[in-house]
This record gives sequence, C-alpha cells and structure tokens, in this order.
Amino acid sequence: MSQQNRIEGGLVNRAKPLKFSFNGKAMQGYEGDTLASALLANGQRLVGRSFKYHRPRGIFTAGSEEPNALVHLRTAAHGEPNTRATMAELFDGLKAKSQNHRGSLEHDLMAVTDFLSPFLSAGFYYKTFMWPKSFWEKVYEPAIRAAAGLGALSMKEDPDTYDKGFLHCDLLVIGAGPAGLAAALAGGRAGARVILADEDFLPGGRLNAETLEVDGMPGAVWAAQAMAELASMDNVRILTRTTVYGAYDHGIYGALERCTDHLADAGGKPRQVLWRIYSKRAVLAAGSTERPIAFGNNDRPGVMLAGAVRAYANRFGVAPGREVAVFTNNDDGWRTAADLVAKGVDVRAVVDCRDAEPPVSLPGVRHVRGAAVVNTVGRKGLKAITLTNGTTIPVDCLAVSGGWNPNVHLTCHQRGRPEWRDDLNAFVPGGVLPVGMAVAGAANGSMTLSAALAEGRAQAEGQIEALGFTPAKAEAPKAADEPRLAAAFWYVKESTKRAWLDLQNDVTVKDVKLSYQEGFRSVEHLKRYTTLGMATDQGKTANIPALAIMAECTGKTIPETGTTIFRPPYTPVPMGALAGRSRGKDFRPYRLTPSHKWAEANGASFVTVGNWLRAEWYTREGEKGWRDSVDREAKMTRESVGICDVTTLGKIDIKGRDAGAFLDKVYSNTFSTLAVGKVRYGLMLREDGICYDDGTTARLGENHYVMTTTTANAVLVFRRLEFARQCLWPDMDVHLISTTDGWAQFAVAGPKSRDLLRKVVDKEFDLSNEAFPFMACGEITVCGGMPARLFRISFSGELAYEIAVPARYGNSMMGVLVEAGKEFDAVPYGTEALGVMRIEKGHATANELNGQTTAHNIGLGKMVSQKKECIGQVLSQRPEMIREDAIRLMGFRPVDRSKKLIAGSHLITKGEEANMENDQGWMTSVAYSPNLGHSIGLGFIKRGHERKGEIVRAVSPVHGSEMEVEIVSAHFIDPEGERLRG
Amino acid sequence: MIINHPLLGPRDAAEFVYLGDAALIDRPDWQAEDAAAQFHAYGYLRDNPAGAHRELWYHEQGDRSWLVVTRDTLTHEITQVELARDVARARGRSK
Repeated sequence: MSQQNRIEGGLVNRAKPLKFSFNGKAMQGYEGDTLASALLANGQRLVGRSFKYHRPRGIFTAGSEEPNALVHLRTAAHGEPNTRATMAELFDGLKAKSQNHRGSLEHDLMAVTDFLSPFLSAGFYYKTFMWPKSFWEKVYEPAIRAAAGLGALSMKEDPDTYDKGFLHCDLLVIGAGPAGLAAALAGGRAGARVILADEDFLPGGRLNAETLEVDGMPGAVWAAQAMAELASMDNVRILTRTTVYGAYDHGIYGALERCTDHLADAGGKPRQVLWRIYSKRAVLAAGSTERPIAFGNNDRPGVMLAGAVRAYANRFGVAPGREVAVFTNNDDGWRTAADLVAKGVDVRAVVDCRDAEPPVSLPGVRHVRGAAVVNTVGRKGLKAITLTNGTTIPVDCLAVSGGWNPNVHLTCHQRGRPEWRDDLNAFVPGGVLPVGMAVAGAANGSMTLSAALAEGRAQAEGQIEALGFTPAKAEAPKAADEPRLAAAFWYVKESTKRAWLDLQNDVTVKDVKLSYQEGFRSVEHLKRYTTLGMATDQGKTANIPALAIMAECTGKTIPETGTTIFRPPYTPVPMGALAGRSRGKDFRPYRLTPSHKWAEANGASFVTVGNWLRAEWYTREGEKGWRDSVDREAKMTRESVGICDVTTLGKIDIKGRDAGAFLDKVYSNTFSTLAVGKVRYGLMLREDGICYDDGTTARLGENHYVMTTTTANAVLVFRRLEFARQCLWPDMDVHLISTTDGWAQFAVAGPKSRDLLRKVVDKEFDLSNEAFPFMACGEITVCGGMPARLFRISFSGELAYEIAVPARYGNSMMGVLVEAGKEFDAVPYGTEALGVMRIEKGHATANELNGQTTAHNIGLGKMVSQKKECIGQVLSQRPEMIREDAIRLMGFRPVDRSKKLIAGSHLITKGEEANMENDQGWMTSVAYSPNLGHSIGLGFIKRGHERKGEIVRAVSPVHGSEMEVEIVSAHFIDPEGERLRG
Repeated sequence: MIINHPLLGPRDAAEFVYLGDAALIDRPDWQAEDAAAQFHAYGYLRDNPAGAHRELWYHEQGDRSWLVVTRDTLTHEITQVELARDVARARGRSK
C-alpha cells in the first residue's frame, strides 16, 4: 500500500515523506499529515472497534470532535491510549495501533456482541444483571468491563515530564480560524497584548480545509499571511497545538499546549504544558462542528462528515474514497461535492433531503432530490448505499452533512445557557457569558466567511476599546457569503436498521426512543440512561441530533426539550498535565530539619511529619530492629543525656506593648503575668471550647515573647493569631513573625544535660539550678560568641533544655552537642524515643488533643482562666464540656506485664459486655517503656481520676484482642517532677 | 478567581486561604448576660445568601493581610475588597 488515495494539492509537504506504522504495517505519509489523513491516504478505512458492539469503525471527522478513530500511539511506557487519530500530527517513526478488539482488528472475536445487540439496548445492564445481587461486583461488572471499553494503559510510570505555566494578556483569542485571525489582527495592530491559541498545528481553521477566498487569495494563503503578520508583532503570542479547554472565573482560562507530541523524541523538553491564562478580555472564535444524519448502518468505515471529506481533499490532498456520494440536508454539503469534483474525484450522487434546486451546478453529478439514505452495506468498509427511493448506489465513501453546530462549549463553563436559533437549526451562545468574553464567527452563529471575518474584527475592537486601546485603521478583509440554507432533518424514519447517533458510545436512534418510552425524558436523564454524549468526545457530533429525536418523541420543540450545557474540559486533558511536576516525591514540598545532613551521616531513619522529614531513630551497629534503637535512645537519655532536633515545632515571635495582653486572649491561661526570663506552658482552645494546640511560650523581654506550637499546627496557629490581631483586637500593639525556619532548636535532655551544655555555652552564662532554674529562659551565646537562646523546658521529664541557634548553624550545632556529649555517652534520639518518653510522662499530643477533647478531659480544666477573656473561654464552660463523669486522661498498664497494649482499644468495665453502650473510653497512645520494662498506655476513661487502681478490659475488636489493664496515673516516671527541677 | 488586594492589587485566589463569613469579626462580649447563647450563634450559625456575601480571606502566600471580600455567591463577582482590620475598627472593635 503506498498512498493510493493521495491526490494533488493540499498543504502537506511532499518533499518530506514520513514513515509510520499502523498495527505493525509500514505506511508512509507526509509532513503536515495527521495520522488520520495518512491512514486514509494509505487506504486504511477500518481503524477501530466500537465501545459496546465491537462494530468496525473508521475515521469520521477531521478534527477534535472525532468519536471513532481512537488509537493507541507509541509503545511501552510512552504508549498513550484513546488518542484521536484526527488530532495526532504525523511524525517519522510513529507507531500506532487500534484498540478494543480481541484477536486482530479485522477479525475481532468480540464482534459477537454485535449479534447480541437486541439484548444490549440502552440500560441493559440495569435490567439484565439484577440477580443475584452479589454477582454484580464479582461477575457481571468485570465481564462487562472486559468486553466493553476503549484503550488500555501501559500500567507503567509515565516517563514524560509536564509543566505548568502562567500567562497574562489584554486579549485572549481562542481559535485561529477566520474570525480568530481577524480578532487577533485587530488586537495586535492596536497594540494590545494578545494571545492567540489554536488546537491545530496549522492555524487557519476551516480556511485550510475550504476553497474559499479572502482578499482575492486562497483562504489558506490569507491565513498564512495573517499568521506571519501576527508573528512579527512583539505584543502577540501565538500558541499553536494549544487547546483552551476551560473558562474560569474573572477571565482566567485553562489551556493545554502539546509541545512535543508531534516529535519522535521530546528531547528532554516537557511533553505538554498546562497554561493558566489571565486575560482582561477574550474573544471566543471556536468555530463550529458538523453533525451527522442518522440512518441505517451509518457507522460503517467510509461514512464520514461532509466537511471532513473535503478537508481531507483540500488540506491533506487525500481522497477518502474513489467513488463518493454526498447525503445532505443543507447547502454546505454541496460544497463537498463541488470540491471533490474539482479535485477529479468521482462523485456518484448528491442525495439532498430537500426537494429543491441545487445551490451549485455540478454537471455530470447525479442529484437525487427529496430523498435520503436508508441503509448501507459493507461490514468492514462501505460498499454501497440504498436510498429511500429504492436505488442502490455503489460507493466507498459517503459524505454526510446534517448542518453545523456553533462550538458554544466555553460560553457554558459558567452560567451561559445556549439559545436555539431556528434559522440555523442550532444552539448559539446565550445567557450570561463568562466575564470578559465575546464570541465571534461560527461559534456565535455567524456561519459565512465574510460574517466571521467581520465579527471577529468587530468583537476584538469592542473588547480592546473597553480597555482603552484605539483600533488601527486597516482595510477589512473581503470575502463572499457562501450559501448556507439548511433543513431541519435529523434522521431517516424509513430506516429499519440500527441508526447510530453517538458513535463513541454506540447509542442509536432506537435507544433514544427507548429512553423516552421508559420515562427518561429530560436531557440529563437521557444522557445517563443511554450514555449519550459521554467519554472522550462528549457528544460533540451526537448531542443535538439525539436532542432533536427526543423533542420529536415528546412533541415539544428542541429548545423546550433543553440542551446539555458543558463543563471543562473542552477536549480531554491528560492527568499528567494536570499533575505537572507535582508527582512522586515532588507531589508536595518536603522540608529538611537543620541537622538533616548530620542525621543522614549518623544512621538516622526518617519519617514524614507534616511536610518535614524528621529522624525517627538512629541505628547503631548490631541493632536488629527499630525497637533496639528506640529503647536504647530512651533509656540512655534518662540515664545520661540525649539530643533531639525539635526545630519543626512552630515558633512565633511576638512583640509589642500589648504582647502579654494578646497572649492572654489567645491562650486559655495567663501570660501577661509571666516574668521576663521565664517560660510557661500554654493551652489554646478553639472558640467552641475544644482543645486546639499547646506549647510553651517564653518571655524574653518586657514586650517580647516567643511562642512555640505543635509541628502540625505551626501554620494554622500563626494564621489564627493573625486573625485575632487584625480582626478581633485590631488596636492592640502586637506584631507577629514566624521564626520556625529561623532558629534550629535542639532538646538536650537527661541528668547530664547541664554538664553537657556547660561545655558549649559561653562561660559568662551561669547554668546552675539557682541561676537558671526550671522554666527559665534567656538569650545567651555559645561556642565563643554565637547568639543563641536557651530554654529550660522538658518534654521528656528529665532535667532538660532546649537550645536554639540561627538555623544555618543547626547542622554544626548538632555535631558540637554530640561531640561535647561524648564523655557522657550522649545519644542523638529521634521522634520515636521522643514519643516513648512523652508517654512515660503523660504529656498529651495530637492523639489526645484530637479535636474532640476539652481541657477538662485532659485534666487541665483549671488552666482555663475564668478571670479574663480568651478564645474558647465562654463555650468551654458549657455543662456538657465540664460534666463530672466526663472522660479523663489516665495512664494504663497491662495486668499481665508481658502483654502489649493496643492503641485504639476501647475500655470496658469488668463484667460488662463489650458494646458501644458500655464504652467507657479508649486508649490513645501506647509504647513499650524501656525504663519500666513493659507496655504502657495513655487513654481517656470516664471518671478516670476517681478510678486509679481499677482493672478494666481493653477490647479491640479490630485486632480481635482483649486484655485486662489497670488504671494508673498518666505520669509513669517521676510523678513528682523532681528530675526536671533538679 | 482574582482578588483585588487593597494594598497589593489583583492577586490570584490561590494565594489566599478562605475562612468564611465576615460576621466572625463581630465576636460577642464574653461578659454579656447571654454570652453562651451569643457565642453559640457566633460559632455555629451562618447565613447562606444567594448573592452578595461578605467573607474573610487571608493572604497567606502574600502579606498576611486578612481581607473582607464581598463576593456574589451566584456569579463569583467580587464587588469590594477591604482590609479586615479597617472593617473591624469600623465595627467598633479595638483592644
């Protein structure tokens, strides 16, 4: 096969032949071809199998509305299923294959479904596979899914890269057909910043597919000249291969640029770019889409839209058939016949449903007046058509025109509701358009070339004048008005064979009628019942004819019957493009602690905490599992000294004359009374009285505090403080800055922590218990003059400090601390040991402050000051929040000490059945305590503070586990707090 | 959406965090007789207008201003953008 259907002319570059393959068969096309035009040039009419019935299908259109010719491009991980052959630009070495068949494309074993079609009408699976119910998920659905469908994914990771970008302009012009080019020229010449986007690789729209003239030259030549002029303007950006797929609020548009899809090798460039375009104004010049007429067996390869047939002839130099007939309800269909005749293609007949004189005279072409096509023959390719008058005409291509629909899609993306125009038999933009949008050309129902050119220019001038630009004085391009008369003729009633409306979803005229009979009469029900208008083409060719048939059934007009409106995207957008670079480890940003490098070099294993990667433990030689490391770290810290990077806790610097008063409002307890040089634990409530966050806040000066928050809430607390400062108490003199990233902070905990710090802190600072007691803080220097902050606070319950240095010194500080600690056997410890020690001390964290618990529940009810105003104060005192028999935070240990507690276990009083009614509380946090030698837990239990010593059951139906546990104090270690004051 | 920040000009809505009804500025008096009822209404009850809605947006990826944005919930048209601090002061909030 060697391009036997190639004819003269067209805009392909015959000097550049390109090799490609389809289903392994070697073929040749030219630069400027699409895969579809090249397949047709090679006589390949059969290109795929249909979704449901596995009917042989061919190429139906020449554009992005293609319902049929979905193919799989490229191979292995680069493979992309469901690509429209009509949009795939041919390149040398392209490998394409057909989809949805078992066995070969020519002999699809699943074609048997076509013979079962009487049982497979619309909604069949709702009716047929009802029983037994359990079979749906396991048997019926998988079987149906395997039989029906489109292409298959490679299931390999997408090796391509995708980018996102942002563009700004005064005027966005969507579509580079005659209206779009006229609009872009008007905007560009007036000096406005213009973006012109077109989905095709060759701008010009229908000008490239027609033989119409502009300013006395062929339309394609005029388009090329216009593009050259636009390309020469610095204020114009041209985006070809770019589909504007969505119109969003305030003039923002989404666009997909296919950067390297037309290249054999992307060469490291992003395959596609998802643009967000900020436009002050926009002109939508999206053109129109031809629709078919439904008749018996109108889905055979070789039956095509008439506009597509002449696009292949005029633009690509390809005759889709050798013997062609045209079936039309309008004047435009005749142009196909005329153009083919001019190209020397044998046109056997023009079948016009109208009993009228032809709009053009075509000597030698048979004109069948007032007739229609009722049936076709040729299973894998059209062989002949039969007319209503009984005549059979042998043809291998039938060009069908049912009129043209304006592409109103983007006008509906917000509140637009298309309006019906009887003179066009089509919907045009209506209702409220997206802000800043004007519509021009065929998209607006201005269907002739001269009208499109004039309206494109006028709409653009109106748009830029509103922005203050003065339109340039230039001659308007001149063109003629082509005949556009059309009849409202949707389907051939005489057809007894299945007549297809939606080729992609295998929906027939009969299915629409069935939908009506069964009561699914609104357009939205029709769509869902029959699947009309779904999948990749979204019914671009099918919706209006189906709507017309439903209107006929209901006896209403089409506008009374309704229209489906459209959501983004206009055409499919790959998930990869929507994801952009945000995939794998870059799915979201991750943050490294200041001592990350040191930790990496010293055996740390890392865990994700919020966005942070924190060391969870440090493995030493000979340790067999994480427990070995964690037990050692927790034990050695309590025995000597441990060091932990706690930088991730939020830090908020608070300054101003009202800083103390401000803190009194945001914390439940009082901070204005805190002495300079002291730290206090603070508990924050939500306005509804539930615990929100906790941490310590230090007073470094009269008007200077430093707050810490939990790691998880660092951002949220800061946001909330800004809210309080700006919205609630706007006249307070308070200033906030987040310093979480500014300071590297380390916990130095354990009986030897003071000794260790004395080696690091400069000598003039007295660290003795008298000079720097528990809860002291101060600004100090370390390592010979480096500024630092020291806080004597303890999360572990040991004598402990937190020391902060400017973040850039964090990594070396970690090294310095560990080095200085060598003589004490100091250990770095991670988040796991941190967690073990906090459970041993009964400190609440996110497991306990889980958004359901009150200060009363965690035993801190008295901290909620009743003497001052604070966020959450009023509602925290509601009776239900402070009831006596409320759950209380307690400690738990297994009666059989060898047993392991399970977090999430529910607590049941002994002797009672384990059900929700008898639920007494639950276990929030558990750990193995290496210091006690058994499992310990924290949890909430009703009236817990009165029940110390009671044995209850900890039941976990999820784990199938149950054990007896004893209620104890939550402070397992040093309940008197002597160590941390020592 | 684009929010026309009173200090910084038009900014993409993605830079902002949404909170909700600007009535959250009108925090009740904690010492009022019926403080509990007032705080209940303040915390839980919201109007849900089809039309103009005054709401709080926080310019988190920007200058950290809290703004009161008047947005039409039917069309997303934004008719007014104010600094929340100015609104709060105008509504009598102080310290």
